[in-house]
Amino acid sequence: MTQNLRVKSSEFIDETNRISFKFDGKTYYGFKGDTLASALIANNVHLVGRSFKYHRPRGIMTCGSEEPNAIVQVNPNSNITEPNARATEIEIYEGLEASSQNCWPSVHFDIGGINNFLAPLFPAGFYYKTFMWPKSFWEKYEFFIRHSAGLGKSPNTRDPDIYDHRNIHCDVLVVGAGISGILAAKNAAKNNFKTLLLDENNELGGSTIFETNEDNKINHNSASEWLKKEIYELKNIKNLEIKSRTSVAAYHQYNYLLARENLTDHLNKKDKKNKIRQRLLKIRAKKVILATGALERPLIFNNNDRPGIMLSSAIKKYSNFYGVACGTRNIFFTNNDSAYESALSLHNKGIKVEAIIDIRENSDAKIIKKINDAGIKIYWSHTIVDTRGYKRLSGVSIMKLSNDGTSVTGSKISISCDCLGIAGGWTPAVHLYTQSGSKLTFDEDRKIFIPKTDTKEQISVGSCGGDFELDRIITNLNYKLKNFLNIDKTDFEDIALENDHETSKRNIWLLPSDRSIGKTKSFVDYQNDATAKDIKLALREGFRSIEHVKRYTTTGMGTDQGKLGNMHALGIIADTAGVKMGELGTTTFRPPYTPLTFGTIVGRNVGEFFDTFRRTPMNDWHIKNKAEFENVGQWKRPWYYPKEDETMHQAVQRESKAARQSAGILDASTLGKIDIQGSDASEFLNRVYTNAWSKLAIGKCRYGLMLNEDGMVYDDGVTTRLGENHYIMTTTTGGAANVLGKLEDYLQTEWPELDVYLTSVTDHFATASLCGPNSKKILNKIIPDLDLSDDNFPHMSFKEVLIDKIKCRVMRISFTGELSYEINAPASYGEAIWQKCIEAGKEFNITPYGTETMHLLRAEKGFIIVGQDTDGTMTPIDLQMDWIVSKKKYDFIGKRSLYRSDTIKENRKQLVGLLTEDPNIVLEEGAQIVSELNQKPVEMLGHVTSSYFSPNLNKSIALAVVKDGKNMRGKKLFIPMENKNISVTVSNTIFFDEENKRINA
Amino acid sequence: MFLINCPYCGERDQQEFKAGGEAHIERPKQPTELSDDEWAEYLFMRKNIKGVQFERWNHAHGCRKWFNMARDTSNDEIKAIYKMGEKPPTQ
Repeated sequence: MTQNLRVKSSEFIDETNRISFKFDGKTYYGFKGDTLASALIANNVHLVGRSFKYHRPRGIMTCGSEEPNAIVQVNPNSNITEPNARATEIEIYEGLEASSQNCWPSVHFDIGGINNFLAPLFPAGFYYKTFMWPKSFWEKYEFFIRHSAGLGKSPNTRDPDIYDHRNIHCDVLVVGAGISGILAAKNAAKNNFKTLLLDENNELGGSTIFETNEDNKINHNSASEWLKKEIYELKNIKNLEIKSRTSVAAYHQYNYLLARENLTDHLNKKDKKNKIRQRLLKIRAKKVILATGALERPLIFNNNDRPGIMLSSAIKKYSNFYGVACGTRNIFFTNNDSAYESALSLHNKGIKVEAIIDIRENSDAKIIKKINDAGIKIYWSHTIVDTRGYKRLSGVSIMKLSNDGTSVTGSKISISCDCLGIAGGWTPAVHLYTQSGSKLTFDEDRKIFIPKTDTKEQISVGSCGGDFELDRIITNLNYKLKNFLNIDKTDFEDIALENDHETSKRNIWLLPSDRSIGKTKSFVDYQNDATAKDIKLALREGFRSIEHVKRYTTTGMGTDQGKLGNMHALGIIADTAGVKMGELGTTTFRPPYTPLTFGTIVGRNVGEFFDTFRRTPMNDWHIKNKAEFENVGQWKRPWYYPKEDETMHQAVQRESKAARQSAGILDASTLGKIDIQGSDASEFLNRVYTNAWSKLAIGKCRYGLMLNEDGMVYDDGVTTRLGENHYIMTTTTGGAANVLGKLEDYLQTEWPELDVYLTSVTDHFATASLCGPNSKKILNKIIPDLDLSDDNFPHMSFKEVLIDKIKCRVMRISFTGELSYEINAPASYGEAIWQKCIEAGKEFNITPYGTETMHLLRAEKGFIIVGQDTDGTMTPIDLQMDWIVSKKKYDFIGKRSLYRSDTIKENRKQLVGLLTEDPNIVLEEGAQIVSELNQKPVEMLGHVTSSYFSPNLNKSIALAVVKDGKNMRGKKLFIPMENKNISVTVSNTIFFDEENKRINA
Repeated sequence: MFLINCPYCGERDQQEFKAGGEAHIERPKQPTELSDDEWAEYLFMRKNIKGVQFERWNHAHGCRKWFNMARDTSNDEIKAIYKMGEKPPTQ
């Protein structure tokens, strides 16, 4: 039944450029400049979707981003399909495919439509009420509910498009390029403000640009002609950047705004290729002018949702801008004068208008006479009580309104039509204004929320500021701009304005019907099928807060965020509860104003750019030698180096043995390194570490434990005294940045009197850690001049040496319990030094090992890893590291907390070793520990923190934190797992070489 | 996203900064002299008021300097920014 409803060529549509597209599998034609919605309407397709809950047939309702019904799936047969796109915003291009959502098997025959007839069974809160009982059944219900819920289909492969981010700084940002926005931007730019003008549509000019009302005149010309000239002149203004197809999504504090610029969505597939699809603009503006306009309100009456029922302003735009008639027999239903403009505009194009139904008693606007002259019947003081037509509107029934507007009287009149324009007045688009943190005020007389205040940084102009009529818009704009921009004169102070004024008002939030409310369906939120009845039910059930009613009824929770019906929901609540709307407040407007694609949000930060990562100077060597990598903070660290078919376990066992039997080498470059200098450096270390530092000799190293002020272990590492006033501190890999931050904090804020300077040198040095009984021989080959005897170079000391003329720092320190040397070379020589160690170590079968082996070797020695064996609740005492806590020092960070009533408790969780009864069973890290198996509820004593199979001991070992663990040595405990209980014995934390002999081996 | 006027670098985007909690809580000079309650007062108790709050901020991805800020928590208006060691503004 394809029918061409193109009425008249439009200057905004390129009729020479015919475009084919598919909707629900069928091919249609439109023109360049059409949206999917206008092209479908031109083909007389109104039924485009089904509603969410009742699966009622729904048609296109609006012509903009506020569309609740015409939500479609773009490229439905592709893996990169896009759900929930608004047909009113999609510009058609050759090859576009789209389909209806939320219907099966098709939009014309939808099984879910049965919900419409079962509607009495689905009141507000239906799911909450029904599926709670019995409680245990929820899991069974959930499967079915989740399956039938949801709107579109998600794409299931990687998005192939390119997205981008751009930072913009400007003096003045103007949001919205309707008449107010254009004039504001023009004046700002001409007064030397660097200005950015954004509009979500592809054409500038807002609704004025297609205005045909002869009564609106500027300088004796029609307003649209005048504005077209102004727009033409914009191109020649310096300082002015204009972006169309750009929707502001969020307005944050301090004039920081996010906007989505749509670059290629309107292009055909060939032209899209290799171009950036959308760009997120991050705008910091000194001043913001909001000119976001107003959204037309629907009217809330029985069955107000049939395909063919549209906003009056949308019908006008479709005919004036797109050259498309929305119906062949039109009716308008209104509470204000604007529907008359739409009606006249259709009439003048030869489109039949059957009648206008007005809830007001009369109006003396000039346009009324023109309507009368056109022979269009006006029903004053009438309301629609019902509509007919399932998949397309076929007629309405009207009745006379009572004087108080709460009921209807007289006899029912039936009128046939295929399109109904509804005009419930205008809601200023204050979404962005409130997002910025500004407050609204309610204008009782006009029933609108308007901005309460303008500031030095932000103003609202035009209809979003509450000015709807041309003369008021321009006069107020002049006044506001002069103050805001601090200019003496604007460009348009002397223009002559003529326009009609609206004098008669009548607002009824919920229009009465001859049927009782229980038997009506008056939709407030079209997308979520929330009706006036649901809202009243919520109030009867005791909900009072607007935020609660919203969530209970799902009003305003669809993809359109209630742009159409939220005001009516508020009005109905206020009327029913007998409170004033101003006191009720509004629901919070949250960003984004219109949905953003994930692609736009992440921009280029996908794949390898998702997060920054750091590589050590030896990284290429690790890759060449087939290392598997592990992420540690932002670092890529070698995890283990599998040989041929080795599993991770086999590789780690081999590496661990080699490091103890002959020699191993670890890339330790990632450890944080902080250079500490200044005459108070020793005093500073005394204050930040638990142990004493003043007496550390130059050239010696010491292990330090750092606490938080709450006494809990924060970080650890070895610090070396390089000179009288010079230390180098190492931190954990993941903690480096935080430790530096914390130390800076104390230096700057608590101890500014200390002469200490901190510099992060993590990236300046590459570190190769040689370990094992043969490490001394290897080091000797590399640095033959250095006396490696224990006398000259004992454990915990440091030497500065030259290796091939490169100055290196060698520390004899050990995290494995083996004889061990750390060579720190300037980063750019890191790989060369590493290579040298490997060469020198060949005869000793030097084995590179990764983080996993390092963890295993240190666990054999019972050395903790901060963050693995500790979790921010462990004191040094809990870790059985009392030896490192100085008793003599008066103070250090966290000292006082070590004897708070809570930290001195005996039965805190403490670090212990665990040995499994069966030495082959390796415990799972994180597994819970209990002492009784038959007790209910069972007390969780703690958990396993580190667990490995030790190849050097040939048995399983584990570290764990256990309540009162200190007193449990030798006690048998259990680890209950899914299908077995594992018996363990509490042991010492040191499993290997308890006497520490190997360090000097 | 605030625009913060670092006293050392000038106006910068909030993402360069790190918030550091309530300002003007001095670490006790003699912690060992304090009772558990007094120490707990320093360690744990922080204000969370609606209105002007004094906070510490750090230009973490900039000059690394700490400074103080008086911020109205009800509307995020930054009333004043002043250096460490300086007295808070009276108004």
